[in-house]
Amino acid sequence: MLAFLIRRILQTVPTVLAVVLVIFVLFSVVPGSIVSSMNDDGRGPTDPQVVERMKKQLGLDDPVYVRFGAYIAKLATGDLGTSFRTREPVTTMLAKRMWPTLQLIFAAMTFAIVIGVPLGFVAALKPGSIVDTISMVLAVSGLSMAKFWLGLLLMYLFALKLGWLPSFGYGDGGLKYLILPAVTLGVSPMALLARTTRAAVLEIMTADFVRTARSKGMSETRVVKWHVMRNALVIILTTIGLQFGALMGQAVVVEKLFSWPGIGSLLVDSVLQRDIPAVQGSIFVVVLFFLATNMLIDVLYGVIDPRIRYA
Amino acid sequence: MMFRMIAIVAGLGLALSATAEAQTPRKGGTIRMTAPYGSSFTSMDIHTTQRAQDEIVAKGLHRSLYIWDSAEGKPVPELAKEVIVSGGGLVHTFKLRDDAYFHHGRKMTADDVIWSFNRIMDGTKAYPGARFVRVIEGAAEVEKGQTKEISGLKKIDDFTLEMKLTEKVDPGFYFFTALTSIYPADEGAKEGFIQKPIGLGPFRFVEHVPGSRVVMERWDRFYKPGKPYADKLIVSIMGEAAARDVAFRNKEIDTSVLGPAQYVAYQADPNLKGTIAEVAEVFTRHMGMNPTFKPFADKRVRQAINHAIDTDLIISKLVKNKAYRATSWLPLTSTSPLYDKTMKPYAFDPAKAKQLLADAGYPTGFEFEWTTSQNESWGLPIVEAIIPMLDRVGIKVKVKQVETAVLADAIKKGDFQAYVYSMSTGPDPQAALKCFYSSTPQSACNYTTFKNSDFDKMIDEAGQTDDAAKRTQLLQKANALLYDEAPVWFFNYNKAVMAVQPWLKGIQLNATELTHQNVEDLWVDETSPAK
Repeated sequence: MLAFLIRRILQTVPTVLAVVLVIFVLFSVVPGSIVSSMNDDGRGPTDPQVVERMKKQLGLDDPVYVRFGAYIAKLATGDLGTSFRTREPVTTMLAKRMWPTLQLIFAAMTFAIVIGVPLGFVAALKPGSIVDTISMVLAVSGLSMAKFWLGLLLMYLFALKLGWLPSFGYGDGGLKYLILPAVTLGVSPMALLARTTRAAVLEIMTADFVRTARSKGMSETRVVKWHVMRNALVIILTTIGLQFGALMGQAVVVEKLFSWPGIGSLLVDSVLQRDIPAVQGSIFVVVLFFLATNMLIDVLYGVIDPRIRYA
Repeated sequence: MMFRMIAIVAGLGLALSATAEAQTPRKGGTIRMTAPYGSSFTSMDIHTTQRAQDEIVAKGLHRSLYIWDSAEGKPVPELAKEVIVSGGGLVHTFKLRDDAYFHHGRKMTADDVIWSFNRIMDGTKAYPGARFVRVIEGAAEVEKGQTKEISGLKKIDDFTLEMKLTEKVDPGFYFFTALTSIYPADEGAKEGFIQKPIGLGPFRFVEHVPGSRVVMERWDRFYKPGKPYADKLIVSIMGEAAARDVAFRNKEIDTSVLGPAQYVAYQADPNLKGTIAEVAEVFTRHMGMNPTFKPFADKRVRQAINHAIDTDLIISKLVKNKAYRATSWLPLTSTSPLYDKTMKPYAFDPAKAKQLLADAGYPTGFEFEWTTSQNESWGLPIVEAIIPMLDRVGIKVKVKQVETAVLADAIKKGDFQAYVYSMSTGPDPQAALKCFYSSTPQSACNYTTFKNSDFDKMIDEAGQTDDAAKRTQLLQKANALLYDEAPVWFFNYNKAVMAVQPWLKGIQLNATELTHQNVEDLWVDETSPAK
């Protein structure tokens, strides 16, 4: 197990380096810079002397390879650089944003699992029934609906019309502020989980070992509990893992819409203002989270199904 | 039509202020403002940022030597009780307030002003406020690292400061924004200042949740007796207009900035119509034409473009009347003595446009590339509406769409044939017109590399004269010359529109930026849902 973990961790290094390189090069060639974005709201003229000093101070006049080399050297020591925009360490900025994002994606995934997995199971156990039809219509709708639009609909219904929940903001970080953004973010993985679970359960229900179990006289409840559920879990867990990892990236829209102070909104602001160190830092965290989640899922495979070895 | 609208604006302003005056301000409560310009706050160190979004917070936390008085339409002394001008208009002696306390309890003195201005001129830090402080004698030397202290600033005593300028300008226009806020000399140098800023403003810092909000509470030792009225000020970042709309209707926020579509919707809704506050802001939307692109070097072509576009139609149908027709460069502000009401905008006259093009040697027109952002009020939708209008006179347009930051970059580098942009053209008319002064670099604000010796002469004379009436006359003439030379298509002056909940009183119609409120004058009545 330990060897497996070490190997997986080492495998992430080239992935991370490749991502860092791509982002660095991308933001070095796209037009616009922090200097131009500083005055993009047209408030007063730009001072050419200040611009020149700022470029020098931020190292924007250096060749790309020099800047990349300096960045990698810092990264190796755990220093993600200093934000062009706020002039504070990127690690400090990320630390402030990490907890709200984690809160949001854990809540969204909890919602997705609690609703999506049982829905898929129920639909698969009664294929063609009204329950199956309704749950799959819901699933397809959830997958199709844009998060921005869904968020606005939820705001309109639960904040404006029913008055149950606040429509925006982080508040004290409490549950009532978390529900709407988490549901908005969680609907899509919930729908995917429902469909995946249904497909997996339907397939397993027709497998030889299930037929054998039934022929031995095992009750349907026990068949589902001991054979179907356990085997379906590997597929469900894979979906959960992929969705969980991807949620941090998907949170961008939801965080902006609900004024949620997470890494997603930091990323958007940083891209728009060409705050390259903050963009790199944010993407770095998103990638690390994705890789860590997937590694955790790999470990869990072995727990669920002992036949899987870490060879 | 336009002057009827001016009257409406003025009337609304009067109504708002009359209502505020008629009632006794209530102490207590929470004001919940929104920061509507999309992004997170750049920094809690306001010296580092000139974005409108950041100054909304700074209006609570900080104070500068001057402050914008919306009723007067000009900057007035804030941290000074009196300003004495001598030395042929170059020396300004500030009798500073002796009752202004920083949020950590220390009294402000002349040392703090000197320290703050020296900090802003630190050339290694590139603070954007340097462009203002540079007008003080010796400031440029500090910026270049030749000396540590601005020689033109002299402390007479703790509460008297002498400031020697390099140009005969009104320092009020230079030192009223938050970029030149006065920091406490001892605290401002500490590393933790950025996390917990200390200022002289009516509210003191409580909390910053990056990407979400800033919370401030009343500073009881604020120098204006009885102010601020509210106990707490919360500024929430809300860049999404639709989300802001829901929150406003749900009474979760007290102010919301409206775009054209919402402006129409709010006007049509009897429950929301009364919440609208609007003002002509000092921003001029325009299409700049690059004279290095041969057709645009000819004044007749530039005039033809002004005649070929049905500007009123665009303002009415696309901008939903959330703008005032521009008649030249200087903006429409009801209090500006410089705005020449007799000037008429270019008439929509395609036949005349064709004639001008023919006279200029382009009887069959030409093609140009138009660089634009996606902005709904002055970007791509406007360009798309203009394409067929220009096509009618033979001018073809090739659209180049870019992000706003990229557009700003392209304009400053001259990397365009034509661009469309919204630019601050106030409040200082002299500074706004100086953007067309021949020696003003393109990278500063002379984006169309305008050169005209008569214009330069007028600006020079306006800068030298002590006669205010003569200065006004000269600047009006310079503005009229710009109108005739038409280096840009004069589109519109922004009409800023804010929805204000009925319980929030004291809103000022700030023409420099409507969201920038002197928050000590705001108060909420007992119907506010926020306690």
